Formats: sequence, C-alpha cells, structure tokens
Amino acid sequence: MLVFEKSRPGRGISALPACDVDIVAIPEKDARESELHLPEMAEVDISRHYTELAKKAHGVNDGFYPLGSCTMKYNPRINEAMANLPGFTQIHPLQPVETVQGCLEVLKETEKALCAIAGMSNMTLQPAAGAHGEFTGLLLIKAYHEANGETQRNKIIVPDSAHGTNPASAVMAGMKVINIDSTPDGLVDVAKLREVCEGNNEIAGLMLTNPNTAGLFDPNIKEITEIVHECGGQCYYDGANLNAIMGWARPGDMGFDCVHINLHKTFSTPHACGGPGAGPVGCKEHLAKFMPGAVIEGEKGNYTLSKAEASLGEMKSFFGNFTVIVKALTYIKMLGKEGIPEASLNAVLNANYMMKKLSEKYDIAFNPAVCMHEFIMDIGRQAKETGITAMDIAKGLLDNDIHPPTMYFPLTVHEALMAEPTETESKETLDNAIEVFKSLYDLAYNDAEVLHNAPVTTPVTRLDEVGAARNPILKYEF
Amino acid sequence: MGTFVPNTKEQQLEMLKELGFNSLQDLTAHLPEDVKFKGELDLPSGLSEMEASKAVKKIAAKNVVFDSIFRGAGAYNHYVPAMVGHVLSNETLSTAYTPYQAEKSQGILQSIFEYQTMICDLTGMDVSNASVYDGATAAAEAVAASRERKMNKALVSAAIQPSVMKVIETYCFGNGMELEVIAEKDGVTDIEDLKAKLDPSVCCVYIQHPNYYGNLEAAAEIGEAVHTVKKCKFIMGVNPMTLGVLKTPREYGADIAVGDGQPLGLSLAFGGPYVGFMASTDALKRNLPGRIVGQTTDHNGKIGYVLTLQAREQHIRREKASSNVCSNQAACAMAVGVYLSCMGNEGLKNVATQSYSKAHYMAGQFEAIGLEVENKDFFHEFITKSDKSSEAILKALEAEGILGGYPLDDNRILWCCTEMNSKADIDEVIAIVKEV
Repeated sequence: MLVFEKSRPGRGISALPACDVDIVAIPEKDARESELHLPEMAEVDISRHYTELAKKAHGVNDGFYPLGSCTMKYNPRINEAMANLPGFTQIHPLQPVETVQGCLEVLKETEKALCAIAGMSNMTLQPAAGAHGEFTGLLLIKAYHEANGETQRNKIIVPDSAHGTNPASAVMAGMKVINIDSTPDGLVDVAKLREVCEGNNEIAGLMLTNPNTAGLFDPNIKEITEIVHECGGQCYYDGANLNAIMGWARPGDMGFDCVHINLHKTFSTPHACGGPGAGPVGCKEHLAKFMPGAVIEGEKGNYTLSKAEASLGEMKSFFGNFTVIVKALTYIKMLGKEGIPEASLNAVLNANYMMKKLSEKYDIAFNPAVCMHEFIMDIGRQAKETGITAMDIAKGLLDNDIHPPTMYFPLTVHEALMAEPTETESKETLDNAIEVFKSLYDLAYNDAEVLHNAPVTTPVTRLDEVGAARNPILKYEF
Repeated sequence: MGTFVPNTKEQQLEMLKELGFNSLQDLTAHLPEDVKFKGELDLPSGLSEMEASKAVKKIAAKNVVFDSIFRGAGAYNHYVPAMVGHVLSNETLSTAYTPYQAEKSQGILQSIFEYQTMICDLTGMDVSNASVYDGATAAAEAVAASRERKMNKALVSAAIQPSVMKVIETYCFGNGMELEVIAEKDGVTDIEDLKAKLDPSVCCVYIQHPNYYGNLEAAAEIGEAVHTVKKCKFIMGVNPMTLGVLKTPREYGADIAVGDGQPLGLSLAFGGPYVGFMASTDALKRNLPGRIVGQTTDHNGKIGYVLTLQAREQHIRREKASSNVCSNQAACAMAVGVYLSCMGNEGLKNVATQSYSKAHYMAGQFEAIGLEVENKDFFHEFITKSDKSSEAILKALEAEGILGGYPLDDNRILWCCTEMNSKADIDEVIAIVKEV
C-alpha cells in the first residue's frame, strides 16, 4: 500500500514548535493555489511503512549479492557511524575556511590515498558518481586538447565491452564515439586500434576498463595506451573494476592519463539503493591545471582553498558527496597499505574459485585460465538446449535468496550472467551459492517450467515491463 | 590491520590449492611484470575499528559546529526529524543497489514512486525522475534536455546561485550548447533584457525563484515571454521547501521544474550528498534523464513497480542516450520521502511560513538598527548593506558561536532564516551587529 493510501487528514508528528514571531502573509500573487497532497501520518505509521518497504528489498546484509561490475562488498558499519558525526553533518559548505579544517583534512587525506592507489598525481572528489566522473575525465581531456590548439580532436575510442555510460558520457562531452570490436578472446583488438589511431589527429582519446567487464586483465595494456599516446590521444581509465587490482597494479603505471574511481564500489561506501555514490577523478600532472572544483592547498590545520589555473569549471555545487568520502576514508584507514592489496587479491581468489566450480556445468565466456574479480557465465548453449535464458536463471536465484549476477551485460555475450563475488564473502557462502547455481542448471534440463515461472517467493512475480513503458503510470493519482 | 575478508588464511590456501596455486600472488603470475606495482603503497598501515574511529573523530573535532546558523546561499539549515536518519540507517535500504531485479526490489521501487509523486505534487508537474546528483546538476541536465535541432542556445538569469551557473557552464562546455546570461536589475531578472535576447535559437530560459538574493521573480511574466518562442522551455529552479506556500512552477507556466531537495530532510554535511529533483510536463517526459519508476502488474495481476521508459537511458541507447546518469541519489530521495511524510501538508507549510516570517522579522530588526535591506519582495533570504564591514560583523558573530550570513562583498551580507532560528537567536544577532 502506498504511503498516500495510509494518510489520514489530521495526523502528523510533533516536529516543530509554534512560530515565535508574527506570521507574515505571502503576497497573493505568489501564493500557492493548488492543494497539497503530502501524506499525513502518525510517527508509528511512518516507521512501519519504511520497515515494510525494507522487507521488500535485498541488501548486502540480506545475503549474497554477486552483481557483476557493481562490487557489492560488505559495507562496514563504522563507515556509517563516522559519516554521521555531527562534526561532519552539521557543517555548512560555505563556512569560513578556518572553521572547516577537519572537512578539508578528510578531502586532502582521501585525495592522497586515492592518488597512491591509482598512480595519479592529482585528484578531485567533486564528481558525485561513476558516470559523473567519466564526464569529468572527458572534459579534462577536452580542455587539454583545446589548450593545445587541437580542437579537432573530438573522437573517443570505446571498446564494445564498455559500460553504456562510456559512450553516453562521451556525447555529453561533445565527442563522437568510435566503437572497437573485441578479439574473440574478449580483449582489445590491438591491430584494429592501431589502424584507427595511426596518423589520426582527430583522436581525443580512449576509454577503457582494465580488467574489463568480462573480468579479463588485458596483457597488452601498455601497448594499447602507447598506441593512443602516439597519435596524440589521452587515455581514460574507467575505475569500475578497480577492486580487482587495487594495491598491486595501478592505472597510472599502465599508461592512463586520468581515471575515475567508484567509492561506492571499491571503497565500501554503500550503494544506498543506487546513490549517493562518489566518483573521484584522478589525473597526471599535465592535466592537473584543468581540474574542476576546489583545490586544497597548504598543510594540516592551515588548509586554504583555490582553483586550478585553467579549471574546466564545477561538476556540482560545493565539494562532492562529502559524507560518502568520509566513509571511504574510514575504510582506507582500516585497511591500510597491507589490507588494500589483500582485499583485492581475495576478490580475485573468490571469483576464480567460483568460476572453476561453476565451469563444471556452465560455459564461461572467453574461458580464461584465470579471471580477475568477475567472470561471465554464458547461458547461450543452455538457452538453445532448454529454452531457459539468463533471465530465467536470474529469477530462479531470487527464489533462493541470492541476488542474481548482472544480466545481459556486456553486450558482447548475448546470454550473459556476470558474477562478482567480492572479497567479503566466505568460502561457505560461495559453496552454498555454487550449489544453488548448479541446481538451477539441472533444473533447466529437468523441470524448466519451474524456472519459467520463477520467482514465486518474492512479493510480486515477474512484472509487465512492456505494459509499464507503453502506458506509463509514473505517479499516484489523488 | 583491519580486514573485512571472512576467509581464514587456511581457507584461502585451501581455495588456492584447488585452483593449482600456492599463494595469492600466484593469481597474477600470468600478467606482464611491467604492469604490476612493485612498491609499497604510500599509505599508513591499517587500523583496528577503535583506532580508526578515534582518528576520524579527531578530524571531525577540527571543524567548528555552529549552534546558530543564519547562512543559506544554496545549503539550508532545517530541522530533520529523527525518523529520517532512522530510515536511512536501515541496513537493507542502505546496502541495496539500483533496483534492477524488480521482484526483489519492490520496497525501493515503491519508495521512488512515492518520491516521484511527492515531487509532482509539490511542483505541480506531471512527471518526476528518480533524482539526479544535486540541484546544480539538475539545472544543467534540464538545460541539456531542452535542446532541439537548430535550438542550441540557453538563456540563464544572472540572479541564480553562482555554483548552479558554473555547473551549467561546465555542462555547456561539454555538449557545445551556447549559454547567454540574462542581466539582473534591482536584484531580479531583467525582463527587458530577456525579451531582447529571446530568438528562435533559444531552447530554454532558466531562472531561480526565489533567486540567489532571496527575491521573488516575476515568474509568470517571464514564463509568458519565454513561450512567445515556439518550443522554448521555461525552466524554473526552486527551493522545494517554499512550495508549501508559494505558487507551483506549473502555476507560473514552467515546463521543467528543478531544484535541490536538501532543505527537505538532508543535513548540511559540508555540501553533500544532496539530491537534485527534476520534474516536467507530460510532453517532455521522454527528455528527462535518469531513472523513472512506473507502476505495472505482475503475472497474477498484482500491482508492482519497475524502472521504466528505459529507452531514454545510457545502458540501452549508449551514445544516443540523452544523458549518462545512472546512479542517482536514491537514498537521499528516500530521505525526502520520509521527511515529507513526517511533515505532511501542515508541517511543510509551517516550515515555509516560519522561514518567511522570521526572515521578514529579522530584516525589519536590521533596518531598525540602521542597516539597509536591499530586497523588497523576498522569501527567507535577504541582503543587508552597511557601512560596517562584512568581516567585522561576521567575526563578531562567530565569536559568539553564530554563523552569520554569507558575505557577498565588503559591505553586503546575504542572510537566511529558517524555523531553526528562534526569535531570541535573531535578537541576539541584532544586538551583536548593533555593537559592531
């Protein structure tokens, strides 16, 4: 039942005292005419309403969540406690600089830590999400070429395995996308890349995830970034998959010029139903003067704020999703220099363990000897043999309290289930999930109807998405 | 060292052996050596939870928390009912992701559907998206969404929040849209200048109401002017708190309403996370960026909710998408939903009325002690002009634990009142300023 259907005029909570100055009337020309329909609820009803909503959702605390490319790792509760400190939550973003030295210390320390992990020289924490970070990175590249008088450089190379945000971000940055098909083993086609780049003075750069969305680390990565640099392009690292390599490989050392990092993935700030996240962007020295937002200078206790020399502007108001950054810093402080590679290598270990066990039944896309943090189950053969698709397996998992892997992505594998177990799952959890995955495989051959009808234990069964788009009902009608 | 890896060393070794390896490092043995980082990360060693907690608390203690705040300028100090924090701390809701698996995400989808309904109700618009990053990015996305073939120019009022202007500029630097600023006259948008600048290449006009200086714009008149150009969209940036009592953007003739939801239940938090809302007329619903939730039914005819109109979005359209927005501010949107459920119609009107009344009381008191108030028709922010230096006034207040208004220059200060400022707090400020 919607909150509006639970509303009863006259109910409310005792939030505010009466006004202690004379009430001043709003001028008639600006006074609201239409009636408001906000819910009128007793406090107990609000509490129960949201408790009920939470019961109809699946979080990391509810069970295994191997959603590929999303890094659904456990979110330590200490992160939340630190982000909720009044010393952070009650600070106005436009306070005098000497009264916000703690906030600036959080930003500066996080910048330094992320630079160390990414192999970059500068970092801006202003971007609010991964896609926002991509856009920021591309604007850096654009500003760089324009400053060099190379305004014709407006083409960006994006491999076909990239996230959909990559080409969409490129367009927001006024660039045209050149798609490059992968090789049959799922990697960047170096020959094709060379063909596109050689002598091409319109190339702005390349956007790449490494390891890519199939969980494959591209061994040719240095050659790839060199090819782009040779033709005058810049290399952008999409940090969606940074959890695979943090602490033991760095985008900067691979030859990338700028990166974005998803704090809500790699650094355990929760995904919060889809946000707030944070998408800091790092760059090497030659791009630093174009960075957006505030630049924090000086030493601890005496920080000052300035702007980069040729700053490209502001990505959002103020300093980014600040309390999300507090969570990431808390996490980095706990893991430290030893814990960061340990986390990453365990993420790789868990993915390989799961991949090996599941390969006993499922086909694994590109069949790598070793994957990184994630791998793709290719349901194509099974779908042909049984009619059971990646979607059906996913829905079957819902009946087993496991959040399904990412479906139908990347686009290079048609019936893809992309699984990323992360380092925060135990062998016991993985073993249980492996059994469930295998039993669903068998079910496809033995009793496909069960999977066609799944899920049956969830609050609703499969929903009519076509109908939802054809006759959009996008709000409650009073 | 802190760790969140549950597998014991023995388990790790056992798993490695099954894979034919002896150590974690063996997992990367197949990769070229020259891409591996061989040094030690330039970071301190890891900490226990107790140590990390102490360290972060020590940093937080370096900030000055003001008990009495008279500063707005884009971030507003309102009362947040305890229920908001209580709901946001729910572990399921805080750790779930975007509701891709609708059957197991009905709670999240429903909360977004409720949020969309509330935003439409407040703004008077037909369709709301599930939120974007903040008010500034909402404004920039609305400008980009207004673009049409051969209509590439945006007109933006000079009287908007400066950070919003900067973000619109940045987005235009990216997408190549032309941006022209409409002059400001007497603290509001200069309508004559707007009319002079309107031409068939203008795809949208953006104003803020109440504007950066707290003034109410002649929004209806501006809307009429905008609509003399075919297909030109009137975008209004609004403070949603004011909509408890102010005309809706729709009533002023807006095609798109945007703003920052921060005043509705989100703490100041040094500028974020906040939440950008975007709502439009039905005709423009396919131009909206980001997620939108719709109602549908399941196989058994039971009502349920799904992400819908996805053909607009990046994961389907890639380079043809209208925006790259995917992750939004779902939890912040939920905070707005909880806040508005707590406040209800009367509560929101009360917040708006108190903010308005207190600002007018304070402005009157400033005039009584000889400061000039520049505004005539304002909501809950206003500017004082004085011979006394802004710095001297603000320092004197700071010494008493009060965050005064935002200094616009050496002699002008932008003040803000909300329900949080009691008459006694206001009188204290007046007494201190009088002595400066």
